[in-house]
Amino acid sequence: MLDRIKLEPSRFALHIAVFIIVALWTLPTLGILVSSLRDKNQIAVSGWWTALSTSEQRDQARLKGKAGQVEKDGAFTISGNLFEGAGNTAVISAWGTNINKSGANAAGSTADIGDGVMLTVNADGTYAMTSPKAFEDERGRRVFYVSSVPPRFTTENYETVLFSEGIGRSFVNSLTVTIPATIIPILIAAFAAYALAWMKLPGRGFIIAVIVGLLVVPLQMSLIPLLKLYNSTGFLSKTYLGIWLAHTGFGLPFAIYLLRSYIAGLPKDLIESAQVDGANDFKIFRRIILPLSFPALASFAIFQFLWVWNDLLVAMVFLGSEEDKKVLTFQLNSLLGSRGGNWEILTASAFITIIVPLVVFFSLQRYFVRGLLAGSVKGG
Amino acid sequence: MANIKLTNLNKSYGAVQILKDVNLDITSGEFIVFVGPSGCGKSTLLRSICGLEAITSGTLEIDNAVVNEVPPSKRGIAMVFQSYALYPHMSVYENIGFALENQGLDRATIKEKVGKVAELLQLTPYLTRLPKALSGGQRQRVAIGRAIVRGAKVFLFDEPLSNLDAALRVQTRMEIAKLKRSMPNTTMIYVTHDQVEAMTLADRIVVLQAGKIEQVGSPMQLYDTPANTFVAGFIGSPKMNLITGAPAAAHKAHTLGVRPEHFSISGTKGEIAGSVEYVEVLGSDSFLYVSTPHGLLTVREEGKTSFKPGDKAHVSPVAAQTHRFGEDGQRLA
Repeated sequence: MLDRIKLEPSRFALHIAVFIIVALWTLPTLGILVSSLRDKNQIAVSGWWTALSTSEQRDQARLKGKAGQVEKDGAFTISGNLFEGAGNTAVISAWGTNINKSGANAAGSTADIGDGVMLTVNADGTYAMTSPKAFEDERGRRVFYVSSVPPRFTTENYETVLFSEGIGRSFVNSLTVTIPATIIPILIAAFAAYALAWMKLPGRGFIIAVIVGLLVVPLQMSLIPLLKLYNSTGFLSKTYLGIWLAHTGFGLPFAIYLLRSYIAGLPKDLIESAQVDGANDFKIFRRIILPLSFPALASFAIFQFLWVWNDLLVAMVFLGSEEDKKVLTFQLNSLLGSRGGNWEILTASAFITIIVPLVVFFSLQRYFVRGLLAGSVKGG
Repeated sequence: MANIKLTNLNKSYGAVQILKDVNLDITSGEFIVFVGPSGCGKSTLLRSICGLEAITSGTLEIDNAVVNEVPPSKRGIAMVFQSYALYPHMSVYENIGFALENQGLDRATIKEKVGKVAELLQLTPYLTRLPKALSGGQRQRVAIGRAIVRGAKVFLFDEPLSNLDAALRVQTRMEIAKLKRSMPNTTMIYVTHDQVEAMTLADRIVVLQAGKIEQVGSPMQLYDTPANTFVAGFIGSPKMNLITGAPAAAHKAHTLGVRPEHFSISGTKGEIAGSVEYVEVLGSDSFLYVSTPHGLLTVREEGKTSFKPGDKAHVSPVAAQTHRFGEDGQRLA
């Protein structure tokens, strides 16, 4: 029993490392989520971690001027509500008539504010100011107060970004780019991987070497030649078909490399047995290889999906900046420029951007881990 | 109904020659066992017959038709792999029916045929299971079922028992023998390195060494008249004693072969003097290891033995039970 309780130092370090990684990853995500659901005024004055507690705000309001005074028993009174017309739920805790002494008087107390004028401000914002002489100022006096505001959560930010900031449209664009750009390379690569792993063809080793070589070719190098090629064809430039093909091309070397190493690791006996059973190459591929390679296919799908979803460069170059073709990353980038101060817009947009990768990752993660191990560990 | 004929069959991987001029005639309905030490080419020979390995030169005929270039599925053969090679993602039913599906048979026919085979191999309760939910013996039966269902004329077995534990191996060996009896017209070729399997199953044994056939014959032919020292040493357990030098010269041979059971042992007189080094008593018989100037000799005695380690002993070959080999290792008449 004691053995089990005792933690080996290496395991302990591993646990610490995992905890730190999880914290580093989860906390900002949670922050974005919480911020995106908060009221935009609250985001401006307090951090997301205070979202559940009541926040304190310092503000000011002007009392009514002389037009609002009422005479009664030789005293003049002005009364009303500081929050008039604002529909506020804040609760005033303290107030003052000087900006430097906004917390001088407790709510509900009455103070002499000079010349025998007495002012009372209650917690709910109602006030009464009385004076033995008539008030003569056109404009009312200013009152500075400290109020506490209860937490408020809203989906308004999401409604705003989805329907008036173009994020909704971009979301659809991103899906339009990403889904075919994930499926097309998988289809091609799976066939290629089977052929390169199991079919006897001349120059097989050479083809594999070329593909591995292509893994290290920087994407940026091919942007201009590809763009020129696209422009010369006409029908590919700035179209979805064009960007699908571009992503397919950039993804294929890795896809073939990953899938080939997995498929080559499948037991030889299985494929030979299927041959003896009279299956042709296509049938072996469809009935034996594809079902058994599912972990590798899924792990590549995650890689490719995340890469395409998060891509900005290829989308900018091959899809362009027209409003109806902007992908999410592009739209987010534009918002950073135009709405940089509006955190509620940015956090809501950011969360919409990461929600899809999160769903993809969590729904396929068990294959992801297996697929990553698959290349190195036989029979994994 | 299929006879198989190999003529001058050669197989090489680059410069390495795996099979050297193999000639073999297998008649229809025979149970042939390829046996030999590991790396002797027996599995390659089987895979060449199957069509999984291309033949470098020579001809392979099945039913008097040259099939060198015919793909495995068209040769009328079925193969049981060492690892069973069951498709892990398919149920037992799909595993057995896969070959029929490839032949383009309709569902009803497949169902009927698979049902029959499952009945025969007592697999009916397991048809919906995946291979991983089966025991070793059941997997073995599924692998055999896959071969049977196709109605192949030739069955090829590649060390099918090597993954089973000792008890199951004996049982499955008997089942394979029974299977062969129930299909007298089917030719079976079986590869093993275990001479007990070879001796018990085979109509004829083919002993291979370094890509060459050393001897072909029935188990008793190989046991009684081994063609050379290799076969003499390979067939029989414990191994035949191969003695060179003076005792062999006395029998006018370069090498004298005597099986452990064909020695008589005496404390006082005999042909070869030595001392008992080690004794193994098994109850039904005892094995004595006698150290002599001509090497360590193994002697089998019926029942229990009175010899103890350290005792002086004289051993003599029983007359007419010796095997004489010449300088080239070949049997002398």
